Amino acid sequence: MKVLVAVKRVVDYNVKVRAKADGTDVDLNNVKMSINPFCEIAVEEAVRLKEAGIATEVIAVSVGNKSCQEQIRTALALGADRGIQVETEGAVEPLVVAKLLKAVVDKEQPQLVILGKQSIDGDNNQTGQMLGALANMGQGTFASKIIVEGDKVNVIREIDGGLQTVSLNLPAIVTSDLRLNEPRYASLPNIMKAKKKPLDVYTPDDLGVAVTSHITQIKVEAPAERKAGIKVKDVEELVDKLKNEAKIIS
Amino acid sequence: MSTLVIAEHDNNSLKVSTLNAVAAAQVMGGEIDILVAGANCGAVATAAAAVPGIGKVLVADNAVYEHQLAENVSLLIAEVAAGYDNILAPATPNCKNFLPRVAALLDVAQISDITSVESADTFQRPIYAGNVIATVQSSDAKKVITVRTTAFDGVAAEGGSAVIEALDAVHDAGTSSFVGEEVVVSERPELTAASVVISGGRGMQNGENFKLLDGIADKLGAAIGASRAAVDAGFVPNDMQVGQTGKIVAPDLYIAVGISGAIQHLAGMKDSKVIVAINKDEDAPIFQVADYGLVADLFDALPELEAQL
Repeated sequence: MKVLVAVKRVVDYNVKVRAKADGTDVDLNNVKMSINPFCEIAVEEAVRLKEAGIATEVIAVSVGNKSCQEQIRTALALGADRGIQVETEGAVEPLVVAKLLKAVVDKEQPQLVILGKQSIDGDNNQTGQMLGALANMGQGTFASKIIVEGDKVNVIREIDGGLQTVSLNLPAIVTSDLRLNEPRYASLPNIMKAKKKPLDVYTPDDLGVAVTSHITQIKVEAPAERKAGIKVKDVEELVDKLKNEAKIIS
Repeated sequence: MSTLVIAEHDNNSLKVSTLNAVAAAQVMGGEIDILVAGANCGAVATAAAAVPGIGKVLVADNAVYEHQLAENVSLLIAEVAAGYDNILAPATPNCKNFLPRVAALLDVAQISDITSVESADTFQRPIYAGNVIATVQSSDAKKVITVRTTAFDGVAAEGGSAVIEALDAVHDAGTSSFVGEEVVVSERPELTAASVVISGGRGMQNGENFKLLDGIADKLGAAIGASRAAVDAGFVPNDMQVGQTGKIVAPDLYIAVGISGAIQHLAGMKDSKVIVAINKDEDAPIFQVADYGLVADLFDALPELEAQL
């Protein structure tokens, strides 16, 4: 079966992002960009399905400007077979990303689509679910385990207080949580090989999707700073402060 | 203006996160109804009807909604949404699962995790792990919103007497089914509702050592959490994770033990009223947000703390 995996180019998770002085947007000048960590987990899972003989082809798709080809190449180096870039400019809202992915799904007819549960820039946690609704597919969000059996996939999901297992008819959508797997490092030969793998580019027009905007970002600002408090010298002083100064315990 | 709040529940009880979402709805103004989708969830409907200021409680009580499968519940909510300007739900794992489907079915954006209502169409929400707060304006006629529960004090649970109205709509998408659930039943309060939280990080060294937190948690009536590093290392399960991609908490007292204070952990707890950090590295970033910092080996400090409480 064919597996489609979506990847997003985001600010590297080690970067502490700041608002620009004029408050119009975050400052992304000269900031290290990477594949979104949850997307990396999604790619790893797709590649493992291929290694297990369940997936026959893994396609990595990204929506963004030309630079997101870097993240597609990363996915290809991790083991995806070919890439698709949907060329867009500027910020694209999750609903539009979901519509573009839906068009790619219609074209490629994958049995399984794996996405990260959220991207660490917008923190929206929407795209996978929206794609599920648009494609009328079942979804296993926040997945910690995927078991493909015949024409169904069982997904073990992280929920409040524990785990839930759902059974989905294929084709289906899965979004990855942290514990789904631990992604491998791409080897140098694989990075070289990835450069030669096919990568198709489509525009939203090619896919028949209008890029609309439903949300305007009016301003961005730093959150209220929390001031550092004091250091206490021992446990006794700590307990005393909590009881008599903060009056938080009795 | 009218708002539909989606109830968070387990078919037996109404979760307090619903009351936080109602609080956000009140800031937006206008009439507020609550939707309860479940099976044998009469007790939840009764509890929702007791929330002050609610017009109607709509109850879809059917086996297809028993486990609130996203595929089925989203079809129901999208249908009911026709009569409302705003659809609000608490940003719990459960509601995060189905609400974006509702937005897509309605062809509108979802605004996730709002922390403030600026006006009927303008909201604040944290992005980049809370390092930046964005003010966003929606141009959609119908707004689909999840509410960060820690940012809105919950409304009272008692005192109201809303009308309960049964919905007959049965939506079974037929694409998914529930297989099973493994939920750890704990005597401790839920992480997101606890007034005291004690969390362990990589400094705990292994899962076994998390028992050192038990005695303190018992004495303080605290919930136990963990940093992503501790979850990554396999010490404890993911549902204990406090942080950007885990639970967001804002208790009266948060005790961080052996946690360095990575950006993504701070995103989940920095709105706590009082923060205590215990770490042997005096340069750990957690001390920059802690009200009380104790530079000590946690294996000495924890037994001592338990004894002195």
